[in-house]
Amino acid sequence: MGLIAIIDYGMGNLRSVEKAFERVGHNAFIARSPAEVSKASHVVLPGVGGFPECMKNLTATGMIDAVYKSIESGKQFLGICLGLQLLFSESEEFGLHKGLNILQGRVVRFRLGKGFKVPHMGWNQINIKKDIPLLKGIPDNSFVYFVHSYYAAPSDSSIISTLSDYGGEFTSSVYKDNIFACQFHPEKSQDIGLRILKNFGDIG
Amino acid sequence: MLAKRIIPCLDVKEGRVVKGVSFVNLRDAGDPVEVARLYNDEGADEICFLDITASYEKRSILIDVVRNTAEQVFMPLTVGGGVGTLDDIRILLNAGADKVSINTAAVQNPEFVREASERFGSQCIVVAIDAKRVSPSSDNPPPLGTKLNSAPEKGGEKVGGIRWEVYIHGGRTPTDIDAVQWAKKMEEYSAGELLLTSMDKDGTRDGYDIDLTCTVSEEVSIPVIASGGAGTLGHLYEGLTAGKADAVLAASIFHYREYTIKEAKEYLKARGICVRI
Repeated sequence: MGLIAIIDYGMGNLRSVEKAFERVGHNAFIARSPAEVSKASHVVLPGVGGFPECMKNLTATGMIDAVYKSIESGKQFLGICLGLQLLFSESEEFGLHKGLNILQGRVVRFRLGKGFKVPHMGWNQINIKKDIPLLKGIPDNSFVYFVHSYYAAPSDSSIISTLSDYGGEFTSSVYKDNIFACQFHPEKSQDIGLRILKNFGDIG
Repeated sequence: MLAKRIIPCLDVKEGRVVKGVSFVNLRDAGDPVEVARLYNDEGADEICFLDITASYEKRSILIDVVRNTAEQVFMPLTVGGGVGTLDDIRILLNAGADKVSINTAAVQNPEFVREASERFGSQCIVVAIDAKRVSPSSDNPPPLGTKLNSAPEKGGEKVGGIRWEVYIHGGRTPTDIDAVQWAKKMEEYSAGELLLTSMDKDGTRDGYDIDLTCTVSEEVSIPVIASGGAGTLGHLYEGLTAGKADAVLAASIFHYREYTIKEAKEYLKARGICVRI
């Protein structure tokens, strides 16, 4: 069975992700150093807060290299919320900031008309665009929990695995090779979210 | 489509649910962890704990409750009551809360809201506003539920001459602050969401203050949770439609098992509201 490392880079409580993996019977731990990440077969990059602050902390903790190495070496990789956004080239949150540039595209703010509140907060549906192992057993249009004001606009639309609708379609998850990343929070999405986390650990 | 949220709220005192009633399916209806798990199973969209523990020394009990709940419930958990410092927030988030709600401390120092949002992200900072109607002339208060003919004025301070005042300290202390202006200010200070409670309606079970909810919801571009007064499923519907709320919070109708969360959602869905079932 795989060993799942949840990257701790000082951005919030990671316990909820860890216990969600525990609930579905996977072996997960919170990795506090790049060396700990290297032991794992599966790597999770969570994240809450601001994009520049997260990039800064990833660099300061040395976890940025752990992320690159994990992905290059073909480990199964899961980005959650800001952990999805960080994978992209750049974000316009608090000015324009460079991201990890593992996936091409920009992270942009919702620009919506009256009646659409930002942050996009609550339960919204995912429209499944790709038949991928991560979404095995997940019915199309399932509700998952979101809380975010920015979303990624991938340059290559073929990596989009789900779309969601909030005053227009936006990318709610992407899938490329060994990377899956979702804008929503599977660890807060009850049974649907737990199933996605189970699927992740089951790969490989 | 983004679903409207149904949020059951539990008042918690010294680690116990206030006014615990006999839940058929629970071993201990006074245990907030068990009640939270029941609501989770019924499909609540979030859960809210309001800590009303008076003694500061006993507040650590709440942290254990939050931790135990977060171990078992995989949905967002908001915790409020007595949150006054960045350290209070950090401790609650580390215990497993997803959001904290700030009330009195925000009024005493609005910068606190900004600091908290910058530090932890606005997604976890809820500002709770307790609002009470103020009539144009105190000699002649407009009766509650009065149909208002005029549309909200530009700027939103008044609806048909009615305004609302912010109260703090659990509703005991008036502040002379206009609730609609305050809501806008809290949005500027990076609050992620507003939990708007009508003090006039709270406990009456005759419906949310729709004028208040609608006025605030139209004036801000962050989500608004309607609170105070829900007594029927129709009230939930009203709060989400006429009140334009993004979410409705209710305590007693769920707490006393008059309706389950599931029944509430089926009712709303049948009336065309997008809910998660």
